[in-house]
Amino acid sequence: MSEVRVLVGTRKGAFVLTSDGTRERWDVSGPHFGGWEIYHLKGSPADPSRLYASQSTSWFGQLLQRSDDGGTTWKPVGNQFQYDGVPGTHLWYDGTPRPWEFKRVWHLEPSLTDPDTVYAGVEDAALFRSVDGGQEWQELPGLRGHESSPSWQPGAGGMCLHTIVQDPSEPGRIFVAISAAGVFRSDDAGKTWRPVNRGLRSEGIPDPDAEVGHCVHRIAMHRSRPGVLFMQKHWDVMRSDDAGESWHEVSGNLPTDFGFTIDVHAHEPDTVYVVPIKSDSEHYPPDGKLRVYRSRTGGNEWEALTNGLPQSDCYVNVLRDAMAVDSLDSCGVYFGTTGGQVYGSADAGDSWTPIVRDLPAVLSVEVQTLP
Amino acid sequence: MIRVVLPAHLRTLAHVDGQVELDLDGQATQRSVLDALEARYPMLRGTIRDQVTHQRRAFVRFFACAEDLSHESPDAPLPDAVATGAEPLLIVGAMAGG
Repeated sequence: MSEVRVLVGTRKGAFVLTSDGTRERWDVSGPHFGGWEIYHLKGSPADPSRLYASQSTSWFGQLLQRSDDGGTTWKPVGNQFQYDGVPGTHLWYDGTPRPWEFKRVWHLEPSLTDPDTVYAGVEDAALFRSVDGGQEWQELPGLRGHESSPSWQPGAGGMCLHTIVQDPSEPGRIFVAISAAGVFRSDDAGKTWRPVNRGLRSEGIPDPDAEVGHCVHRIAMHRSRPGVLFMQKHWDVMRSDDAGESWHEVSGNLPTDFGFTIDVHAHEPDTVYVVPIKSDSEHYPPDGKLRVYRSRTGGNEWEALTNGLPQSDCYVNVLRDAMAVDSLDSCGVYFGTTGGQVYGSADAGDSWTPIVRDLPAVLSVEVQTLP
Repeated sequence: MIRVVLPAHLRTLAHVDGQVELDLDGQATQRSVLDALEARYPMLRGTIRDQVTHQRRAFVRFFACAEDLSHESPDAPLPDAVATGAEPLLIVGAMAGG
C-alpha cells in the first residue's frame, strides 16, 4: 500500500508525519533539530529517501542537513553561501542602497531528475545550486546580475527568494519568485533571467504596473500543464497561460484576495487551492473562520471548504510554503498554520482533520507520496 | 590543553557532551582555538564565526575568567588561566529572546 510522508518545518524544529494510503492514522516523528528554525525541508523527486532541510537561527546562522533514509537520520552538509563576485547593493525599506548580505535559506528545491542537484533560494535574494548533494553551493549569478537588481526591495519578511519552480517539459526552464521583486524566468538552466510580471498590478509601489517590484507570495504549476501558472500575490490571485509572459487576475468571488499560499490538485490542473487572509496588516483569516478556497475552473469561481476546519475564533496564518498535495487518488491536501496545526484532507479538500494540533508555528509543509 | 564550553545547540550539533578539550600547537588565541575547534568539528563551521571573514556572529559572545572577551582581537593571547586549562573559554549564545 502507498505511504504518505508529510515534512513539516517549524519555528523550533522539523517533524515528519507518516501514514499509509488511507491517511487515517498518523505517526509523528520529531522534533528534529529542536530549537532551530526549519524554514523548509523537501524530498528529491528522483530519490524519495533523499531529503534536504534548511536549519537556521539568528544565533548560529545557517546549516543545511541531508537525510539519505527518508528523515530517520540526518547529517550536516555544506553551509557556505557566498555571493558571486562583488555583491553590490539593493534597496532597503527606506529606499537607500544596502549591500547584499546572506541571511538564510528560505526554500530548497531538489532537481526533478538528479538527487544530488538541489537549488536553494536565499535571503538576501539569490539562487544557489549544489550538484554534489549539498556539500558545495554556487550562486547562479545571472539572476542577481539582472539590471533591475539594484532596485529590488524587501517585503515585510525580508528580501527573500522563496519560490523555485522547475518546468518538467523544458529542463532548462526555471521560475523563481522574490519578495518584493516579482517572478523571473530562465530558459537556459539559470544562466540568464528576465522578469515575467506583465499584468501584475500592485498599488503599494510607485508605478503599479512596473516590470519589477511586485510582492509575489507564491506561484504553483501542474506538471501536466507547465505553461499555466497560478500566483498568490500580496493582494490578488493571478493566472498565466503563457509561462509567465502575461498574467490576469482570477480572484473572482474570494472573500479577500490577500494570502500567502497556493497549490494545484495533483490530478486536476484546473483545481486550485488558496487560503484567503484578511489583509496585509491582519495576518489571520476573515471573520475568525479558517477556510480553504477551491476553484475547479482554474480561478474566478471559488468555493469555501470548511468541513473540519475551525469556523469561529481562529486567528492563525498559513504561510507561503505551508501547503502541499499528495498524488494519491483522491488527492490529499495538507497545510500548516502559525498556531501549530497541520490539517489534512484525504478527499481533495471536502473534509479536513488535524493531523497534529500543537506544533511550533509551521513555516513549511511538503508531501511525499511513496509507493 | 584548552577547555571550551559550547552552547547547548552547538553541543548537539557536534555530538559532544560537556566540555571540549583541545590541544594547540602555538599560542592560545580566539583564532587558534576556533581553528582547532572547527578542524575537529567541521559541522561547527559558520555557526560561531563567518566562514570567509571569520567575524564573530553577532549573537555569539566569548567569556572567560569572568570577563567578556568578545571584542578582543582574534589574535590577542587568551588569559593564562585559559591557556593552561585552568579556566574554560565559554562560547555563549546571547540571551536575546526566542
